Amino acid sequence: MGEPNVDNNTVTQEQKPLNPRVESWKNFFKKLRKNKAAMVGGIFILFFIVVAIAGPFLTTYEPDKGEIVNKLAPPSADHWFGTDHHGRDIFTRIIHGMHLTLYIGFFSVILGATVGVLLGIIAGYYGGRTDTIIMRLMDVLLAFPGILLALAIVSVLGASLNNVIIAVAIFSVPVFARIVRGSTLSVKKLEYVDAIRALGASDTRIIFKHILPNVTSPIIVQATLNIATAVLSASGLSFLGLGAQPPMPEWGAMLSDGRNYLYNAPHVAFFPGIAIVAVVLAFNILGDGLRDALDPKMKN
Amino acid sequence: MSTKTNSNENILEVNELKTSFFTDEMEVKAVDGVTFAIPKGKTVGLVGESGSGKSISSLSTLRLIERPGKIVGGEIKFKGENLLEKSEAQMRKIRGNEISMIFQEPMTSLNPTYTVGQQISEAYKIHENLGKKQAIERSIEMLKLVGIPSPEKRVNQYPHELSGGMRQRVMIAMALACNPELLIADEPTTALDVTIQAQILELIKDLQERLNMSVLLITHDLGVVAETCDYVAVMYCGKIVEFADVNTIFSNPKHPYTVGLLDSLPPHDRDIKDDLPVIRGSVPSPAEMPEGCRFAPRCPFASEVCKTLPTLETDENGNQIRCWIYSDKWDGDPEVKVHAKNTERTS
Repeated sequence: MGEPNVDNNTVTQEQKPLNPRVESWKNFFKKLRKNKAAMVGGIFILFFIVVAIAGPFLTTYEPDKGEIVNKLAPPSADHWFGTDHHGRDIFTRIIHGMHLTLYIGFFSVILGATVGVLLGIIAGYYGGRTDTIIMRLMDVLLAFPGILLALAIVSVLGASLNNVIIAVAIFSVPVFARIVRGSTLSVKKLEYVDAIRALGASDTRIIFKHILPNVTSPIIVQATLNIATAVLSASGLSFLGLGAQPPMPEWGAMLSDGRNYLYNAPHVAFFPGIAIVAVVLAFNILGDGLRDALDPKMKN
Repeated sequence: MSTKTNSNENILEVNELKTSFFTDEMEVKAVDGVTFAIPKGKTVGLVGESGSGKSISSLSTLRLIERPGKIVGGEIKFKGENLLEKSEAQMRKIRGNEISMIFQEPMTSLNPTYTVGQQISEAYKIHENLGKKQAIERSIEMLKLVGIPSPEKRVNQYPHELSGGMRQRVMIAMALACNPELLIADEPTTALDVTIQAQILELIKDLQERLNMSVLLITHDLGVVAETCDYVAVMYCGKIVEFADVNTIFSNPKHPYTVGLLDSLPPHDRDIKDDLPVIRGSVPSPAEMPEGCRFAPRCPFASEVCKTLPTLETDENGNQIRCWIYSDKWDGDPEVKVHAKNTERTS
């Protein structure tokens, strides 16, 4: 209101309306940059993604063809991480396994988050019996230890990589449903939701256009943290032989292979183990950093 | 319904509306048989203390009552059709299009993640199926109508960049976007400071005349009522206790509660030497609602007959009153005179 004679043609750069989304993103990155650990986590994840895409073109070995004469060789200039019991180059297999790991992580979380967010927002918005039914169902899912539930699901569906994704997705559904339900409960009480309803908006419009955009930040944080969990669970299932089947270079399966040679060739189990730790750690640190950066209570 | 105007001229007629909230133990009757009418093109003020059921009445009119609340009886006739018999989809077509509502808190009534233009556009997208560009153009016109300077610039701004008064103007623009025939304003000025209040009331009045709207103004501020309303309905504990045109309410209030409300206004033409008159006691909690007249425990004139509930009686002028004093059955002091101490000032 300050400037009385604002001609629209003379609206200058600095008078341009500040978009709170752009502003809050800027603010968010500022806070994220301050959090060194989160930045490191984020950089590592970017690096992992690059490796997953470009890595396979960079190694000269093939992930599932080994020189059996050279089996269980310790790390050397030729084989940086050594070779496994079939003489396959472990470095190559880890690099080829990267995209499997990220694929499982991202897809299971996208799948689980989509279903969970939908259920949570419906439960929170409609309340009453709908809420009770959905949330008690989620409680049932939560009552099982994640890996046990995934085991049960995979044994029903059969052992394969896609079934692992489905299993991991199913047990991340209740986590998202709970978080989103909570946020929805607080957002739907705000007056602008009443105002838009009084304007004649349908439930679908209110849910997707006016509530969902206001509950995204907890979803983003949870999704990041859940990728770590998903990677760990998927590796666990593969370790037990229920996930990726040989000769797929899945890290859990490689770890499982290496288990038999721990005494004479520890590197076979060590490097896939380190890879799993690195990815899980990176996502966890980034998730924590995102949580701090997106928390409006933690200014600066 | 028997106000001065006949029913053809009433845009809204609320008859015996009952809205209750249900808890595990009990039913709380927030609105208990409310009856009033809004003549076309007129402003009706709904006045009462906090918890008297004003807001619930207005939300019920648009059927925006949410669990655990429920409309349990009565009828709401809008242009002759009972809204309580409409489907939810039909109601959605009425909300924002034929009946609009503005709320008390302009600070929180706008979605912080959308621009002003995007929010006003919602009305056009919902009711007129307009495209983005057209909707924004119409939004700019609306902003112009509600007196926002440089609307082309404001349309792209976010709510946090506007002052409270500006936001309330945006809310009004949003509510009036589709030319509703009835505007329900739920304490539209309570959250604003006094100068802005006057501007917003002036704006509502002006737009009402220009667009030939009817207005239901919910307020607890009698000053606002005197300035803007044609008729006044006074509510107490979920019931209308008095309905009259605005002059009668201020010059010749009949119900002891109305009188109490008027008396408790600070006079502005003389100094207050003693304490301001008050209505003794407080609004009874719904759990211990008195059997008879709900105001009886606080009423200075209460008598034996007040232990039964008085009916809403209409006099020859169409004014309505729910009080035993004006009936043949009155058993208290026959000489009782109910009049406000402040009436000399207002009449």
